[in-house]
Amino acid sequence: MSLRLDPPQVATRRQRFSVAERWAHRATAVLMGVCVLTAVFLYIPAFAQLVGRRALVVTAHQWAGVALPIPVLAALGSRALRADLGLLNRFGPHDRVWLRAVLRRDKRPSSRPAHKFNAGQKIYAAWTAGATLVMLGTGLMMWFTHLTPLTWRTSATFVHDWLALSLGIVLAGHVGMAMGDPEARRGMRTGSVTREWAEREHPLWWP
Amino acid sequence: MNSELPEPRGVPVGRRVFLGTLGLGALGVLAAPTLQRGTEAFLGGAADLDPTGLTGLLPNGGGFRYYSVTSSVPRKDAKNYQLTVDGLVDRPATYTLADLRALPQTRMVLDVQCVTGWRVPGTPFEGVRLSQLLDAAGVRSSAGAVHFTCFDGAYTESLTLEQARRADVLVALRMQDKDIGHPHGGPVRLYVAPMYFYKSAKWLSGITVTENVEPGYWEERGYDIDAWVGRSNGRDDEPTT
Repeated sequence: MSLRLDPPQVATRRQRFSVAERWAHRATAVLMGVCVLTAVFLYIPAFAQLVGRRALVVTAHQWAGVALPIPVLAALGSRALRADLGLLNRFGPHDRVWLRAVLRRDKRPSSRPAHKFNAGQKIYAAWTAGATLVMLGTGLMMWFTHLTPLTWRTSATFVHDWLALSLGIVLAGHVGMAMGDPEARRGMRTGSVTREWAEREHPLWWP
Repeated sequence: MNSELPEPRGVPVGRRVFLGTLGLGALGVLAAPTLQRGTEAFLGGAADLDPTGLTGLLPNGGGFRYYSVTSSVPRKDAKNYQLTVDGLVDRPATYTLADLRALPQTRMVLDVQCVTGWRVPGTPFEGVRLSQLLDAAGVRSSAGAVHFTCFDGAYTESLTLEQARRADVLVALRMQDKDIGHPHGGPVRLYVAPMYFYKSAKWLSGITVTENVEPGYWEERGYDIDAWVGRSNGRDDEPTT
């Protein structure tokens, strides 16, 4: 047996998410989890039969839904989150290159340039933020039925149901991609990522 | 070493996607009546060709949905099922499943409309007219309403005596030309044809004649007591009768 010495450590990790951002993500994930789980209990007959307790499940779903935007709104006090929202908002020429590579199923890192967030993450963030608020609005219309004209309510249910299905699929994609990338998960859990990962996934952020 | 390259300020696509999603959501609410007719027609057709039944899980995919207000419901069958009729009556009675089956049966084929929006067209129900059980028990003149209890231990419903005596209110034993299974409220459920389906209490076990209407389970939680389809709960569905 021979002892192997590790090479000297030189700035191998880099801060990616602040404490406030990580807690906002955690709290949002828990609330979204409650929303999805209770939705399954309310909506899919086999699970509804298993769980029953309809009034209780409805209450849990309603309050988790109303609370869903709160963690992110609270974390807006954090400079790091506001800076990241700025990065998520703006699309540069490299984002178009990234999207085109996705459409061509070109998986080489070199053809998928990205800054701190790639174009897919940017679209995911903007769309889920909008979709969550639409779910909240239509959900409130179904909850407080006396507040809106009657035809709106049936319409709100229609939008809420179909958007729930879309959001569920997109969320499954989000979780699935995180499952396939341990270093990305470590970044969200501990706040920092390795240099190799950043160079491969986000070359423009840490070249 | 940790110098962060600034990202060039690009186009605010994120904001456009965000606002666009909100806008599409609002547009969806406005266009929903039209869209819903389309998806119902399409999924109704697709469900007929779908052996997996997965289309039933899609919104407006058709079929019944299972709602229970308790965590679990005991199972009852011909051996242990009992329906009691009591309250302001001269002759309280207890019926077994066999007793109910021996009485004259009425069959009706009408739409079922749930207050949450789903509708199942042309559903056969078969059973004993509630009015017959009330007449057999001899309702006293002081009575004004009927209260229903269920063997799930929690659900209750009620009707005025006038509503309960309608010919389209059944103590149902069969649904879709089959004995009513446990998930659908079997072996015996109430069937109130002209009203939203929450009035058609599942797992019916007690009929109590009372002086005044006592609000049922969902009515304590905000639903209308007089639940005529299309004329209550702020909905304008097409009447079922």
